[in-house]
Amino acid sequence: MKNVNVIDKYIRKEMFPHMWCPGCGNGIVLGALIRAIDTLNWDRDKIVMVSGIGCSSRITGYVDFCTMNTTHGRALPFATGIKMANPDLKVIVVMGDGDCSAIGGNHFIHACRRNIDITAIVINNMIYGMTGGQYSPLTPTNHFGSTAPYGNIDQTFDLAKLATAAGASYVARSTVFNARQSVPLIKKGLQKKGFSVIEMISTCPVSYGKMNKKKSPVELLKWVKSIAVSKTGWEKLSEEDREEKIVIGEFTDTNKMEYTEKYKMVMKKAQEAGGNKK
Amino acid sequence: MNKVKSKKNIKLLQGNEACAEGALLAGVKFFAGYPITPSSEIAETMARKLPKIGGKFLQMEDEIASMAAVIGASIAGLKSLTATSGPGMCLKQENLGFAIINEIPCVVVNAQRGGPSTGLPTKPSQGDVMQARWGTHGDHPIIALAPSTVNEIFTLTIKAFNFSEKYRIPVILLLDEVIAHMREKVEIPDIEEVEIINRKKPTVSSKEYLPFKPDEDGVPPMANFGEGYPYHFTGLVHSEKGMPISDAVEIDHFIRRLHDKIQKNIKDILIYEEYSLEDADIVLIAYGSVARAAERTIKLAREKGIKVGLLKLLTIWPFPEEKIQQLAEEIELIIVPEMNLGQMVLEVERCAHGKCRVVPYNRIDGELINPMEILAKIQEEKN
Repeated sequence: MKNVNVIDKYIRKEMFPHMWCPGCGNGIVLGALIRAIDTLNWDRDKIVMVSGIGCSSRITGYVDFCTMNTTHGRALPFATGIKMANPDLKVIVVMGDGDCSAIGGNHFIHACRRNIDITAIVINNMIYGMTGGQYSPLTPTNHFGSTAPYGNIDQTFDLAKLATAAGASYVARSTVFNARQSVPLIKKGLQKKGFSVIEMISTCPVSYGKMNKKKSPVELLKWVKSIAVSKTGWEKLSEEDREEKIVIGEFTDTNKMEYTEKYKMVMKKAQEAGGNKK
Repeated sequence: MNKVKSKKNIKLLQGNEACAEGALLAGVKFFAGYPITPSSEIAETMARKLPKIGGKFLQMEDEIASMAAVIGASIAGLKSLTATSGPGMCLKQENLGFAIINEIPCVVVNAQRGGPSTGLPTKPSQGDVMQARWGTHGDHPIIALAPSTVNEIFTLTIKAFNFSEKYRIPVILLLDEVIAHMREKVEIPDIEEVEIINRKKPTVSSKEYLPFKPDEDGVPPMANFGEGYPYHFTGLVHSEKGMPISDAVEIDHFIRRLHDKIQKNIKDILIYEEYSLEDADIVLIAYGSVARAAERTIKLAREKGIKVGLLKLLTIWPFPEEKIQQLAEEIELIIVPEMNLGQMVLEVERCAHGKCRVVPYNRIDGELINPMEILAKIQEEKN
């Protein structure tokens, strides 16, 4: 009952019923995100949530913050402009797997590289759900999509490795099965001064499940549970066994100066010494 | 003493620098862009000057991201600018549409170069006139201004910010490579002498605030993020509350209102100058650097006894339909010289309604149109 009240505090109830299908993981991610936010006692008027396009991106319509449902793949540059303009705002970005890693892939690596103080939640259901189940850069090899009727031949991105290599300060991965364990990971990301990425492995029974013989939401959720292994578990697996698994947990947690702080130093330099030119 | 003081305010500036100076005077506090010829000097000036006044400069990973960042910064309350050229303008179109549907004030500079594609990076063109009008999908309004001198770049940049804030719409400043890179005298006024317009803020509480409910003038007051008005922006067609809608009547109302706010205020938005129109038999309609040549042509033609006038358009979108209808009824011939294969001439023909002859004069070889060739065209058409 306590949890229900927490969610109610932040939801735009007039927007319900929501548009997500039964068995969709988006609601679980939203619940975890709200619970994490609730522990931080932030001024609600200063919380900005930005999304791109896709089922997951509809999250911004349902929460009572300053919200933006932007264009496909572009949530991060919109959020970057907001954060730069007003660094006092707490900026959270929610993206889907196609949104973040395909059309928004370039923006994603550059947001990591700038290490701007934004928290990115990537809901990875391994498919383009809204448009009917086309394969994404995070659809596992050999799995099926409506545009991969003979099986997906592409390699997948490892978003956590990508984010770490590109310079993000905090990188973690969890799943919608591990809803409770996700809350502290998201909280840590929200608190981190710098760019943080939390990838949430999620479920789309309607588009992904249907084409990959995991039709029922429960079946799909159980599958997610079965492929997720901890970092210690991962270490014990052979290369071959790792192919069908996903490692979850915290991967990167560093402290370095974030972008708006660095830009404050640029402003100071420009104002004191006048920069390199008049 | 006064004379000495005013002399101090006269500067020799490059067109792109004048744009940056105009933007600073208008109150720009945010720039995001991506390097591209022939607009890069605007970004360079911004990178140098914005941090000095507490403003922010961002070089983004591409023009799509630049446009997104500019919109984000404007929503967070800063007057925002981006600058590019044709290939970059193509990329900005996606989020330009987002700014239009969400009524986000911002200014987008396109220093035109020859196209299509990489085209002619260092040569002038006016090939993006129709792109400025229609360059993002769907029925949408736009304001585009086209200066013809470096001083006009300065004054119209201020106008562009004022229009964008007043009407909550992105304004395109359409330069061409000639004036972007030319150096000319610019008179920099004192800030007190310049009209600076800032967006209307809501006067009601957060609970009562409908972010897309217009006032009498068709423009909704805008709360910035972080000011205690949590609300929603979406690229979807939306209600006054900002939420997606699917009702046909509501959709129709929304799209029409976006257009109507420009139409309602068209007298304020249309800027043009008339040269020797009173007794003219032939009128040139020109904009951008070509208008400079056309102005000279008036003198050359009149020396030969041909009564030529010029209508110089500074606002090119929306189009001065009434003015051109009226002109067409009074004169015999309109010539529209352009550095393209005939874009604005189509609009002039449409507005002239067959009441007078409308003739294009075009160049697309990356060279300027000079006064003598316009004169030759006049003589050819006259005979």
